Amino acid sequence: MTGIQTEKASSQSAALAHWLDSRKAAWELLEAKLKAGKPESGQELADARTLLSGYRALLSDLSLSRRVYGKGLISRYLEDLFLKAHEELYRPAQQPLARIADLYQLEIPVLMRRMSSAFFITFLLFVLSILSGWLLVSAYPELVGLFASQDMIEKVQTGELWTDGLLNVMPSSLLSASIATNNITVTLFAFALGAFYGVGTLYIIGMNGLMLGGLFAFTASYGLGGRLFAFIIGHGVVELSVILIAGSMGLQLGEALVRPGTRNRLQAFQETSANTGKILLAATPFLIVAGLIEGFISPDPRFSLLERIIVGLSSGAIFWLILLFGLPQKGQAK
Amino acid sequence: MNSNPENEPAAFGYLQILSPDGFEYQLEIAGLGARSHAFLIDWQIRLLLAFTWLIIVGFALFSVSEMKMVISKDYSSMAAIIWFAPAACIYFLYHPVVEAMMAGRTPGKRMAGVRLVTLQGHTPGLGAILLRNVFRLIDSLPGFYFLGLMTVAFTQRHVRIGDLAAGLVLVYDETVKPKAMQQMADLAMHSNLNPEDQALLLDLLGRWKDLSAEARVRFATQFFTWIKAPMPEIDPKTKPDKALKRALEALIK
Repeated sequence: MTGIQTEKASSQSAALAHWLDSRKAAWELLEAKLKAGKPESGQELADARTLLSGYRALLSDLSLSRRVYGKGLISRYLEDLFLKAHEELYRPAQQPLARIADLYQLEIPVLMRRMSSAFFITFLLFVLSILSGWLLVSAYPELVGLFASQDMIEKVQTGELWTDGLLNVMPSSLLSASIATNNITVTLFAFALGAFYGVGTLYIIGMNGLMLGGLFAFTASYGLGGRLFAFIIGHGVVELSVILIAGSMGLQLGEALVRPGTRNRLQAFQETSANTGKILLAATPFLIVAGLIEGFISPDPRFSLLERIIVGLSSGAIFWLILLFGLPQKGQAK
Repeated sequence: MNSNPENEPAAFGYLQILSPDGFEYQLEIAGLGARSHAFLIDWQIRLLLAFTWLIIVGFALFSVSEMKMVISKDYSSMAAIIWFAPAACIYFLYHPVVEAMMAGRTPGKRMAGVRLVTLQGHTPGLGAILLRNVFRLIDSLPGFYFLGLMTVAFTQRHVRIGDLAAGLVLVYDETVKPKAMQQMADLAMHSNLNPEDQALLLDLLGRWKDLSAEARVRFATQFFTWIKAPMPEIDPKTKPDKALKRALEALIK
């Protein structure tokens, strides 16, 4: 290395050292601001301005650092800071309650309308499965063993429903929790199995329909069909609606994979998962309501058939009104 | 921020992101090994937590014979549900709850040095985390996460079906600690080393504790040869790697 080259390298190093020395405090300030979280009340605008100017300066520092240090430690440090600052500036405001309100008031009705054809197909499949289950068990009663345990069958044969005396075994609160958990699991499976090109969803919906139809046929043959209906009607409208909605979302997932349209399969799958996931998130809490009805009202013999029908239809109506038309917005009634 | 990895020739093993400010940056994607490492740690943690609950509450509420009775016969009784349900909640809700609370990390992911990000490199939201975890039902089929492991092994970004659905990627968490930054600044201001050698020195010191004694000596010797500096004299009473570390640290001050 000649003397001139050495001098040049040395002055370059000195310039870089000076740059680093002068900028370090600004980076530390930006880092501290990002760590601090929410600004003090009344300081939001000033804080945002400081963050923005710090971010702009950081962009030019990062550009210089990449030229000089390549992928070295300083560039990595600045990239890390850049990612944090970018996220802080560009992420939507964190207002979970407003987000939930938007979901129920605006997004869900639109998404529900978009999946109306998938819901219709799921509903049709479910009804056909119920009829098939009914016909199968009516023609071949021994097939009920596919849908019911030996205990359930023996109980029906002695003229009782397996749901009789349920409250003697378990208190309503625990019964509700356990039923809601089971229903949520079935719902999640009906949705997620749609990832197998919709086939998994078809299986879950078909099996549930066959089971319902088969059990009705079996209990009817022992004169207990009316009592099974009385047990189911209180909670069944909401419960079956949520499962059918989850099924139709699963079918949509399958359709996105089979017929992605102008998007590629991955894009179609991601978009459909995000949209249907929102409906799932909005509909699943209603399973807790259905579980409460199934734990407190359905097994309680003090409730008459009429009361159960009123509970079932009104809970179902509220559920469908919210999902199809959304929760009323503030000032909408004026 | 725009990310259109489908149309971009992304560097192999990296998530490539282009910000609207014109900045292109990359995050290294964690593969099957790092993912499994994190999962196994988390699995042990949640198993340990669930068992701790079962043992503490079990011995607080029941005698040993009562416990046997509950497990074998009374598993649908109220006492059994109070005993088992929280343990089941800990076990099954660990991932969604912890990932949401720790911004895409879990203790296992933290120990394996990985974190979840969106395709834009951001911290995932609650919706994406919930969706990712719903698809565990599929990823875990037919058992032992076989399907999830297969998709991780054969997808470009090493993702399982839940990640595909939620648009998330597991990347290495390469946060530079402020201490390292301070060392770098000190080096740049006071050292005669060029920027590449400064970075090399800091990398070596940063990885020091993960290296074997033999590797430490070898790399330190190579570094001194590379920067054309004389090898430090090593006191026979001190371990060679310790002496070399002191000599390397002296280059920073």
